[in-house]
Amino acid sequence: MSDAHDKADAHDHPRHELGHYARRIYAIRDLLLEKKILTPQDIQEQIDYQEQRSPANGARIVARAWSDPAFKARLIADPKAACAEMGIDATSLNEFVVLENTEKVRHIVVCTLCSCYPRPILGRPPDWYKSLNYRSRAVNDPRGVMREFGQDVGSDVEVRVHDSTADIRYLVLPLRPRGTEKMSEAQLAKLVTRDSMIGVVDALPASAARA
Amino acid sequence: MGRAVSAARFKPGDQVLVKMEDRPGHIRTPWYVRGKRGWIERIHGEFRNPESLAYGGDGLPRRPLYLVGFEQSQVWEKYDAAKDKLFIDIYEHWLEPTE
Repeated sequence: MSDAHDKADAHDHPRHELGHYARRIYAIRDLLLEKKILTPQDIQEQIDYQEQRSPANGARIVARAWSDPAFKARLIADPKAACAEMGIDATSLNEFVVLENTEKVRHIVVCTLCSCYPRPILGRPPDWYKSLNYRSRAVNDPRGVMREFGQDVGSDVEVRVHDSTADIRYLVLPLRPRGTEKMSEAQLAKLVTRDSMIGVVDALPASAARA
Repeated sequence: MGRAVSAARFKPGDQVLVKMEDRPGHIRTPWYVRGKRGWIERIHGEFRNPESLAYGGDGLPRRPLYLVGFEQSQVWEKYDAAKDKLFIDIYEHWLEPTE
């Protein structure tokens, strides 16, 4: 490991202030560079790729589906092709399924075994998604979990939990909020939160777009 | 990417039982549905077997993967919202037919 790297990389923290795993990561990175297995450009490209994967992708997809019924039909029939139409690369997903919420059905997604998540569409999962608490309770008390997120689900509504344990990744298409008929796609996208695409809550109300 | 299934043992609507097996490995069938009854909701396709892939194997032959539905009230003793359902992706070798 070179001295130059020891000084002030790692988000500008001197390396001795980093925890064990962070120091290990940087040591591995330095070795990969020294042995010319990776170049600094390879690493930067991968960082750029990771950063462009964010819930903003999912929000654009949902807003388009709300605005354009033909797009919504394509999104449900072939989600990856619909993403490609919007310039969103979902090809790294093995299989991708969109779950449409209705007045009578709400979907909620969990991975009880680990943290399977549609990363190209939603970025990295939030910490709570990976917590033992969420992973265990989303399956046996989904209504209680949704209530804690601020979402009451009436007894006339069917709750469908999707435990994403294998090769399929799921995105919830939330209900379009009332009073949004005249909104543009860009305004609608502001109402589509990450949590609404995991399914723990509905999309934000129309008033949130004006904030 | 999942391939179309050439020889699926089950079709949508079939009643199935998740095998009650206990063995070590990278198993993608959660404990809480082993021994439970459900139905085939959809055939996802054929995928390499993660129980082999996780240990550096080739995952072949590919296994059919199904979306299996369960009544929540059948999975959890105290679950009281009668209409609620649970869906899990389960590989064919973890399922057996039931009447």
